[in-house]
Amino acid sequence: MQFETVIGLEVHTELKTASKIFCGCTTEFGGEQNTHVCPVCLGLPGVLPVLNEKVLEFAVRTGIALNCKISPYSKFDRKNYYYPDLPKNFQTSQYDLPICEGGYLDIEVNGETKRIGITRVHMEEDAGKLIHAGTISNSEYALVDYNRTGVPLLEIVSEPDIRTPEEAKAYLEKIKSILSYIDVSDCKMEEGSLRCDANISLRPIGQEKLGTKAEIKNVNSFKAVQRALEYEQERQDEVLSEGGRIIQETRTWDDSRGVTLSMRNKEQAQDYRYFPEPDLVPIIVDPSWVETIRRALPELPEARKQRIMKNHGLSPYDADVITASRPMADYYDALLAAGAEAKAAANWLMGEVSKHLNACSLDIRSCPVPPANLAEMIALIEKGTISGKIAKSVFESMWTEGKAAGVIIKEQGLVQMSDEGELGSIVEAVIAASPQSVADFNAGKEKAIGFLVGQIMRQTKGRANPELVNRILKEKLTGK
Amino acid sequence: MDLFRLKAHELHEKLTRREVSAVEITQSVLARTDKTDTVIRSFITRTQDAALAKAKTVDEKIARGEAVSPLAGIPGALKDNMCTNGVKTTCASKMLANFIPPYDATVTEKLAAADAVIVGKTNLDEFAMGSSTENSGFFTTRNPWDTDRVPGGSSGGSGAAVAAGEAIWSLGSDTGGSIRLPAAYCGIVGLKPTYGRVSRYGLVAYASSLDQIGPFARDVRDCATVLGAIGGYDRRDSTSIHSPVLDYTKNLGVGVKGLKIGLPREYFVAGMQPDVESSIRRSIDELVAMGAELVEVSMPNTQYALATYYLIATAEASSNLGRYDGVGFGHRGEGNDIVSMYKRSRAEGFGPEVQRRIMLGTYALSSGYYDAYYLKALKVRTLIKQDFDRVFEKVDVLIAPTAPTTAFKVGEKIEDPLAMYLMDVCTIPINLAGVPALSLPCGFADGLPVGMQIIGPHLSEEKILQVAYTFEQAHDYHKQMAPIREVD
Repeated sequence: MQFETVIGLEVHTELKTASKIFCGCTTEFGGEQNTHVCPVCLGLPGVLPVLNEKVLEFAVRTGIALNCKISPYSKFDRKNYYYPDLPKNFQTSQYDLPICEGGYLDIEVNGETKRIGITRVHMEEDAGKLIHAGTISNSEYALVDYNRTGVPLLEIVSEPDIRTPEEAKAYLEKIKSILSYIDVSDCKMEEGSLRCDANISLRPIGQEKLGTKAEIKNVNSFKAVQRALEYEQERQDEVLSEGGRIIQETRTWDDSRGVTLSMRNKEQAQDYRYFPEPDLVPIIVDPSWVETIRRALPELPEARKQRIMKNHGLSPYDADVITASRPMADYYDALLAAGAEAKAAANWLMGEVSKHLNACSLDIRSCPVPPANLAEMIALIEKGTISGKIAKSVFESMWTEGKAAGVIIKEQGLVQMSDEGELGSIVEAVIAASPQSVADFNAGKEKAIGFLVGQIMRQTKGRANPELVNRILKEKLTGK
Repeated sequence: MDLFRLKAHELHEKLTRREVSAVEITQSVLARTDKTDTVIRSFITRTQDAALAKAKTVDEKIARGEAVSPLAGIPGALKDNMCTNGVKTTCASKMLANFIPPYDATVTEKLAAADAVIVGKTNLDEFAMGSSTENSGFFTTRNPWDTDRVPGGSSGGSGAAVAAGEAIWSLGSDTGGSIRLPAAYCGIVGLKPTYGRVSRYGLVAYASSLDQIGPFARDVRDCATVLGAIGGYDRRDSTSIHSPVLDYTKNLGVGVKGLKIGLPREYFVAGMQPDVESSIRRSIDELVAMGAELVEVSMPNTQYALATYYLIATAEASSNLGRYDGVGFGHRGEGNDIVSMYKRSRAEGFGPEVQRRIMLGTYALSSGYYDAYYLKALKVRTLIKQDFDRVFEKVDVLIAPTAPTTAFKVGEKIEDPLAMYLMDVCTIPINLAGVPALSLPCGFADGLPVGMQIIGPHLSEEKILQVAYTFEQAHDYHKQMAPIREVD
């Protein structure tokens, strides 16, 4: 039997508000253990939460960017469960009336656009961090760091519209791109500011009813989400093909072994005893405030991509790469604003710039070559002042020395030789010194010309205008 | 002169006239407490040194000719579920026997700003769950009128302290009657303000949607003064009300002429002590004689209030008390793993009534039962609120008994939780509706005080205090202090 895969994703993202969701403590990552705390986030007897308005604003911003309806009336609820990283033993979250519902986003897979539904977006508080003395099962004790307790989170739940692990990865990349565009989250998976749980089930093709799902937790990168889903898809296919039954359960991803492992059985599901948070008043959202936020929203990746394609004729692929992150797209816009030609700018950004950034593990925001400098260099190539090949070494110097292209070219004497007379005499000298190659060429070996060009380039230290060299050489050899 | 017998406004006058010093007043109250509290046992923690130090600063201000607030230098007590920075706050629970908060409740801050003298933290039913202080994890407080009897609860320590002269005023918290019942049993004035009138920040939560802090005092004027000092919007409590705090003492004497008093039929319950009922009815007649108009009203959903309360309050409590797990603070039991540590901590730290309510509330919120219990209770709560909205279209205030009986004997009901719960039958609907109500003495039955309850619509504290004041001034109940058998 042929099966169809059904995937739904739950993304948790930490919001980059300055303070926590219900108190004034900083949300800064790191910091000495238990220093970013106060009676409120420690859940001491008698304290009360007060909603940080910025969290609400960020949630609304996210909802708009994900094409959701913003609920005019929503509320917080308590999710009750005992865990030592949760000081009150309940998490203040949103249950039946989340702030945003019914949105979607479009992803691109294999050149095709697909729409993935967003069920809901809700606000909640993060828990603290446990540090075990040993492994979780055999440690003698555990320590708790409450710095993260009360950091605001958004949970973004997708519809089960995703059909392949690849689509799942594309969805996550899109979510990350949108969240960072609208400046609500850093989306650093390694710091835990973006986390993902994946629900996956299989059903016979043509069947409407969903199969029994497994929930995969503990996946720490987009790549890992894709791998974990690929593994799980295969595992479930095997079980079902052999006539077996999928157990509804939570599975954890073991990245080093590349397998998912059973964590706990969901059939004895935990009862969270949700009920409305009595210490917070319901959230009434004024539609005109939503409109204000909507108007202030920056251009989203999709719109930016379309604009770049339309105005500058870039391919969908190039436009996608450039608009994947807002700083990258901003850099690109800055290049164009500084006069760079669109296609060349795209090539340099996706080529040398990205290569150097990756090699140094740098973010584009800390790129040592300012857009104006790179634009100047691109213009110099256009004008023929330097060759594309020389440009690479110029870029290298710009990267390491931070100087402008013009300065480097002058200092290192890299201006391209385009004087026909000057080049002509060098060409003649090389021809005179290489009778064998000339003979080969005359015997029809076109390749011999390569040797001659190499010689000319060596003599000019690479500065000779390659097109000109080729033309003069051919003229001289053929006598035309 | 026994300064501890005077009211706050009388003492304030003597202070500003420099007839006595705040230190003398404080010493009088502290000496009285030394004598009486071995019997009454109002206090869990006494703060004599801090009290005298504060009194001294007030005397210095007066000596410098500075104006002082009406509570400056006047000794008062806090129920031990209100956080006091650096001073133990136990909730009368073994769980928090050694808990010292690193912060002040908003009311604690406000009282400090008013230069009030705090003489200690008073006993209560553990986590404010009970009607007698017998559920205290430490000891039972005695009623100053008859030390064989309970002072009422849960704010029994605060009620008894004021009645016994161990404090001039005090604060209690009222979730289902916990201020009004001890006020009635101890023969003093107790007010549960409108939900949200007084900030709950720093009040250790029992049932968040019902809890409200309010004053105890020996007369209506003092009660009004304390409310003025502690009330007001607090940005740290999202449920506190944006509405200015009035000078509640200003228009106390306006009288009751033309006032429409509603008499809710359902509050005169079967099984009511006959002389309690006759005392209330006589008091109402007197108010009518003073010019008030009487209207019989019906509040048909009153009969569901007790059941509704014990679902909502326990549900919230089961969640609010989740934090006492032995991890970050409070009692920690021994255990080989986290779950056994949780279990031991909670089994050892909580008394039987607290455990009972946590289990009740956990059950009410459980999946499969939520709709039948918690959700239905929320709906009935709305109906009860509508009962109040409806009657307050017709009347200015309601008058009812505070409790169906006078103070009962220690041990009489402790084995029968349901009989104990019934003591709150006349006070609970008020918390569910969130409206204010005051209990004041309206007579005696067999030598024990009877409390009359005056209930008003949202934010009608001024009106309630005016009615209470008019009644009080026509009687001398507020001039009598409990004669403590063993001491006086």
